[in-house]
Amino acid sequence: MSTPLLEVRNLVVEFPSRHGTLRALDDISFSIAPGEILGVVGESGAGKSLTGAAIIGLLEPPGRVAGGQILLDGQRIDQLSNDQMRHIRGRKIGAIFQDPLTSLNPLYTVGRQLTETIQAHLPVNAAEARRRAIGLLQDTGIPAAEQRIDHFPHQFSGGMRQRVVIALALAAEPKLIVADEPTTALDVSIQAQIIQLLKRICKERGAAVMLITHDMGVIAETCDRVAVLYAGRVAEMGPVHEVIHQPAHPYTVGLMAAIPDIEVDRERLNQIDGAMPRLNAIPRGCAYNPRCPRVFDRCLQERPDLIDAGATRAACWLHDAHDPHEKTAVVQGARA
Amino acid sequence: MSSALVEVRDLAKTFDVSPPWLNRVLERKPRQLLNAVDGVSFEIQRGKTLALVGESGCGKSTVARLMVGLYAPTRGDMLFDNREAHAEFKTPAGRTLRRRIQMIFQDPYASLNPRWIVEDIIGEPLREHGILQAGPALKQRVGELLQSVGLSPLDMSKYPHQFSGGQRQRISIARALATQPEFLVCDEPTSALDVSVQAQVLNIMKDLQRQQKLTYLFISHNLAVVRHVADEVGVMYLGRLVEVADKNKLFAEPQHPYTRMLLDAIPQMKHTGRQRTPVQGEVPNPLNPPTGCTFHPRCPHANARCKTERPPLQMLRGVKVACHAVEEGRI
Repeated sequence: MSTPLLEVRNLVVEFPSRHGTLRALDDISFSIAPGEILGVVGESGAGKSLTGAAIIGLLEPPGRVAGGQILLDGQRIDQLSNDQMRHIRGRKIGAIFQDPLTSLNPLYTVGRQLTETIQAHLPVNAAEARRRAIGLLQDTGIPAAEQRIDHFPHQFSGGMRQRVVIALALAAEPKLIVADEPTTALDVSIQAQIIQLLKRICKERGAAVMLITHDMGVIAETCDRVAVLYAGRVAEMGPVHEVIHQPAHPYTVGLMAAIPDIEVDRERLNQIDGAMPRLNAIPRGCAYNPRCPRVFDRCLQERPDLIDAGATRAACWLHDAHDPHEKTAVVQGARA
Repeated sequence: MSSALVEVRDLAKTFDVSPPWLNRVLERKPRQLLNAVDGVSFEIQRGKTLALVGESGCGKSTVARLMVGLYAPTRGDMLFDNREAHAEFKTPAGRTLRRRIQMIFQDPYASLNPRWIVEDIIGEPLREHGILQAGPALKQRVGELLQSVGLSPLDMSKYPHQFSGGQRQRISIARALATQPEFLVCDEPTSALDVSVQAQVLNIMKDLQRQQKLTYLFISHNLAVVRHVADEVGVMYLGRLVEVADKNKLFAEPQHPYTRMLLDAIPQMKHTGRQRTPVQGEVPNPLNPPTGCTFHPRCPHANARCKTERPPLQMLRGVKVACHAVEEGRI
């Protein structure tokens, strides 16, 4: 395994409020290798976008990194000033957000936005920057890039706009791309095009991608590894195929079963009863315990960390190898 | 006389999106019309679910609004229980008709009044239609409705913000069921919800349909959800139906090239790391739709006839499909 490009260690993000401090991300650790696509998946409020925002250094105050480290290329970036961070954003980390219309300035042509970004980060003259901008637009599959570069964002369709945003994120050749729900605002046929584009770019440029989405189908087709978030913690992490087909955490199991399958006709969907806890009411022990069908005493008392669980790692006491009693429970569960 | 509860004939809705009058005069800009729904026809049998799918801008939500009378059609009509619905909506008898047709909206955050408690929200249609007056009987009925969607009668004194997204959508369902309708129009009822919660809502909708013999028009862009809830599926593209088929038939043997494309474009969980060639192109501007078959610029099977002649929706290979290539047996 090569050295990771991005390493997040025990990240904690807190929001101070009148009613006490809310812990939105609690002890999150993962890493991404160059050329790898890590999927971060979870339901709304699980903390996936917040993880992305913490890495790019765009946490909305009063949210703050209250613990842990974020390392990019071996260097800590979680304690940098806004000014220092601005040089890293764009140059080393590219960001793609959900809504392509709000991530572009409606008053400037896409060409101006691209050349500005290129010149801000790379020592090139205007003509060279423009040439690169056209190259980027061609790379992201925009037809007639030489003409389109002088158009304004509103003259592009949703899918084309998202391509422009991707071109913008790639402008300074960053090594890491954080893509937060890049296809959620798009129709399925366009979504497939954008996923294809992200995969190709990642391969060609050797960039690492952190893909945040709630769509398991997108994760399955795009990512190498996946981290499943629940209530601000990593519930399960592992290679994408294993997490989807042999999930170890009861939450992942429930989540996979709840997704309607286009090829299977079932009378009833498997549902997970209840909802994710609010931040101010996260239960003691494992946060999933009120909804978990396999809950036992220890889950109510102790909070599990990620434990080896076959092909993946899961934060679930069912997989604790040091407890012989529970180990038998796992074997039974696997056969059931 | 047909046996269908709902029968739609050549329904169309045109919106006037012209520039303001002064601009038209000064800048000599022409009037501009947008054919949001351009002649759709379908039937829904009592107790069944028809799902309409399509990408954004294809007119599926406009159909939903036409069905409940929020829009008046430009052309065509809808027969509800063999009565002309849109003519009746304008008469006093229309009130009874509206009671029998209800709607569930997409966004459970926007469709519930944040200043009202749940009792008022669910009780409003009962009071409005004069079914029950405020009092213990109304409370009792609201409690029953809450229970039917898996909430507690004690929840009726809470405000919408005290509920999660899935619970709010259940409140919308309870409100829609208050007048004991026969026909429910559901416009993307689960697309604002997370998957685990979506499963809860879809299961409740199916249970209610079975218990109360409800008929659904289910609008969605998610084909996997449609596969789960529908009996019959209509695929829309630029304001027209391009294929209407029995659910199993549509998913097993899609006929229209657009349906095939849609089915192929869905990311699937079992295909980890799949390589594929996505379909090129985008939905054209509905203000300036292509001639002939509106799908021809993106269609791999298009020929000269497709560019000039608009294919009608006709019975081919056991399904209704609007495609020259299917008719000529080219695909």
